[in-house]
Amino acid sequence: MSLALTQTELFQDFENFGHSINAPSTCFSPRNSEELLERFTEAERHGFKIAFRGAGCSYNDAALNGGGMLVNFENMKEILEWNPESGIITVQPGISLSELWQKVLPDGWWPPVVSGTMTTTLGGCLGMNIHGKNNFRLGTIGEHVLKFTALLPNGAELTCSPDLNSDLFYSMIGGLGMLGAFTSITLKMKRVYSGFLRVSQYPVHNLASHLEAIERDAPLHDYTVGWLDATAGGNSLGRGQIHVADYLPAGEDSDPATSMRVDRQTLPATMFGFFPKSIIHYIMTPFMNNIGARLVNSAKYVASLRTSSYLQSHAAFHFLLDYVPNWELAYGNQGLIQYQTFLPKASALDIWKEMLITSQKRGIPSFLGVTKRHRPDQFLLSHAVDGYSLAFDFKITRRNRSSLRTMLTEFDNITTNAGGRFYLAKNSETSSETALAYLGKPAIEKFIQLKNRTDPNFILESDLFQRIFGSFVK
Amino acid sequence: MTAPFTQPTPLTPREKAILVGASRGLGAAIAKQLASEGYLIALVSRSTEDLKSLSEGINQTAGEVVTREYFHDLKNSGEVETLLPRLISDLGGLDLFIFNSGILNHTALEEFNFASDQEMIEVNLIGALAWLNPVAKVFQSLGRGHIVGISSVAGDRGRILNPAYGASKAGLSSILESYRNRLTRKGVHVLTVKPGFLDTDMTKGRTGLLFMTSPEDAASQISKAIRSGKQTVYISPIWGLIMLVVRLIPSFIFRKLSF
Repeated sequence: MSLALTQTELFQDFENFGHSINAPSTCFSPRNSEELLERFTEAERHGFKIAFRGAGCSYNDAALNGGGMLVNFENMKEILEWNPESGIITVQPGISLSELWQKVLPDGWWPPVVSGTMTTTLGGCLGMNIHGKNNFRLGTIGEHVLKFTALLPNGAELTCSPDLNSDLFYSMIGGLGMLGAFTSITLKMKRVYSGFLRVSQYPVHNLASHLEAIERDAPLHDYTVGWLDATAGGNSLGRGQIHVADYLPAGEDSDPATSMRVDRQTLPATMFGFFPKSIIHYIMTPFMNNIGARLVNSAKYVASLRTSSYLQSHAAFHFLLDYVPNWELAYGNQGLIQYQTFLPKASALDIWKEMLITSQKRGIPSFLGVTKRHRPDQFLLSHAVDGYSLAFDFKITRRNRSSLRTMLTEFDNITTNAGGRFYLAKNSETSSETALAYLGKPAIEKFIQLKNRTDPNFILESDLFQRIFGSFVK
Repeated sequence: MTAPFTQPTPLTPREKAILVGASRGLGAAIAKQLASEGYLIALVSRSTEDLKSLSEGINQTAGEVVTREYFHDLKNSGEVETLLPRLISDLGGLDLFIFNSGILNHTALEEFNFASDQEMIEVNLIGALAWLNPVAKVFQSLGRGHIVGISSVAGDRGRILNPAYGASKAGLSSILESYRNRLTRKGVHVLTVKPGFLDTDMTKGRTGLLFMTSPEDAASQISKAIRSGKQTVYISPIWGLIMLVVRLIPSFIFRKLSF
């Protein structure tokens, strides 16, 4: 019996982070590069496609490969080298951010860039070139990679750094896992002098003051992030709350050895003191409709009116998405759409005003809005602009599908017309035309050209790749 | 090479179907019905020209690639092993499998023809098994899916007409029932469709056929039965009643009848 048929018996359903797509695949976890290379060879021989899946935290189809094979790296998650003096660490791609910070924090270091959940794998973080609440200060995670080794589908194993194979360095980071696999990653950590951050929060009352606040605070603080009440209209349109956070300078924490202990970094086990975290998403469910979301957002806004400043652990500040396990399930069985736009400074205010008003008027408001400040980077498939991003969470229902689709297509167009961009780990509806409009033809052609070199038989094809780049492949 | 299927997104989700026996008659009608419901469909058939024009027509109406054609002769059952994974890969998954192929070699009342019988069994029964086995494995592993077999009222009794055709359909009905009993507990839905007379090539030139159903009407009834999770459906429903009576006819009378 050929291998091809044996695989169809091993199909299992995989979902995206937003629980809105379901794609059956086989799954394989190589223990080393040799085993991965064997899969590449088999895929070529039997004509099946491979895509990589880290922790499956992409909101779209980046880590899905319906009808093909997913390769994850849960058997390749060793820390290969850690130097607590220099803060330089070399890891295998399957290690999670959680395991990474737990390793380095007790020695006085913190990953320079982290996502909103710590379950993500380093390989996934590099493949999507993640950013955090400090994108404006420290850029994307790729900017802290000193070098990586990669196995390409053409069988080549090579080392890439900003100086060595630099074209692959800048394209494999953020390259969606479509050029090859990271086999080891060397990163520089950020020195910290405490397990705490000094966090301050204050309200903003409309979109203009919201963006002004981010513009003003981002250069002054290590982290800046805004929460935006996307359900509020009128004079309160774009109201929300700004959080800024700073590392404590050396000496301020009198007992850093204690605060940097892993067990001091835990997230609260209960919400409001008594709801166990594991059931919170059930409690959220009744509020996940237009009226409930409006209530919750308003309550949150009222609660945020008090300006305050406090110390918070790194983990508690960064990993908001991990506070409520399975929070995505609260969006119901149709899942959610995460829709994030990156806009240049000049156009952000007008365009987001329009988006907020339109979404409210059509009865499909976002239940959550998050704003950040960004800076451009040199990676080939970059989402970054010198400006801001606003991320929306739309609940999908059977009834709103088509109107939501129409609206997001309009949003795509006004964003690209204004020189805006999108992030390929989040938006799930981006068409190849939209991608062409914001990435530009030269970037896409360069990417396909590099793929022809590293993966001439196009073994690596995620569903995202087919959606966005399929039409550019001859 | 044809263009790849249009890629589903959360706001334009697509069910994925394989339809074996797609080119003409009921198969073509089912293809059009499923396409109108938003399915992506892999059309499998032996006849190349009909299949191509059907697929092109559907895609033109849809304005995107929702069907692709695949050529397969059911007599080459060994091909399925490599073809099925390819179809699932092209579709990006599988939600529905429909086996609609079937040939009817008319057998005259006093004719006994092994070659003709063998061909019908090979296509209608062995051909079905070649697909149903691996498809059942996929759905069993996923714990979901719909399997639809287009059997026939002809399988409900051993009639004087077309013995091997009846046997092939009786066999198919029996296999589908077994699969239903095996797979329902795994979350897989198995539907047996038993058409009476359909207005297709198979019945062309025959006169005096009762309760003729158009392929389009049949396709819409089948689609409804898939969605409602029915186990066996007669097309049209009147045939359920007719066959109930036919099944009750005792042998000593049935022997003397000429249908």
